[in-house]
Amino acid sequence: MTLSRGHLSVHHPEISKQWGGSMTKAEIVEQIYERVGFSKKEAAELVEKVFEIIKETLAEGEKVKISGFGNFVVRHKNARKGRNPQTGQEILLDARKVLTFKPSLVLKNVLNEEGSFVDSESPSSEPHSMEANQ
Amino acid sequence: MFPIEDHHTLTKKGIAQYVAQQGGTERPVSQHDLQVIVHHTLDCISDALAEGRKVELRNFGVFDVVTRKARVGRNPKNPTVTVQIPPKKTVRFRPGKELKNAVSQLGLAE
Repeated sequence: MTLSRGHLSVHHPEISKQWGGSMTKAEIVEQIYERVGFSKKEAAELVEKVFEIIKETLAEGEKVKISGFGNFVVRHKNARKGRNPQTGQEILLDARKVLTFKPSLVLKNVLNEEGSFVDSESPSSEPHSMEANQ
Repeated sequence: MFPIEDHHTLTKKGIAQYVAQQGGTERPVSQHDLQVIVHHTLDCISDALAEGRKVELRNFGVFDVVTRKARVGRNPKNPTVTVQIPPKKTVRFRPGKELKNAVSQLGLAE
């Protein structure tokens, strides 16, 4: 996997090497500490609060729009008939609200620009066929 | 001093304002510094995604990069010409259990 990036890159490669795998809050805290210069304790506190506020806002059904990143929107789903794929039994799914995320154009462009990482396995791109196999 | 401009949409600025209002930090943090923190926090996520990494945030959710298959599209105004749409990468967000449940219960009491 190549890690070449476009103009938006402000990433510290040595940090991602150190962490690898999935990014977690701990790594975000580490990067805030390195990039912005708060103490680790303060950075941890503030990062936690940022996600807490986004979460509370969404839990109240309000939109969150982050320029350059994307929008979180709570959408209404009507009640519909569903089917248990295992038994074929019909069930009624209640109306509900779901949280959707739409990445911004900027973020999508970064993902799709030339020289971005090569997605070799991408098991998650075909969730339907995976379900059917089980 | 910092009125929240839009009561129905939260933005980066709004997040910084809320953090400032809540206080409770070890020492006071300026509005500007808060905006920098908010910006960098989200930037870190974008950077990780751009490298094809997954971002797992406890009690919040998971962001990952998924590939949309190539497909044949059609311009509805000119349906005789087919357009090849190449595979595209996009970001999927799956909210954590807590957030998902909080959202799904919305408006049920009304």
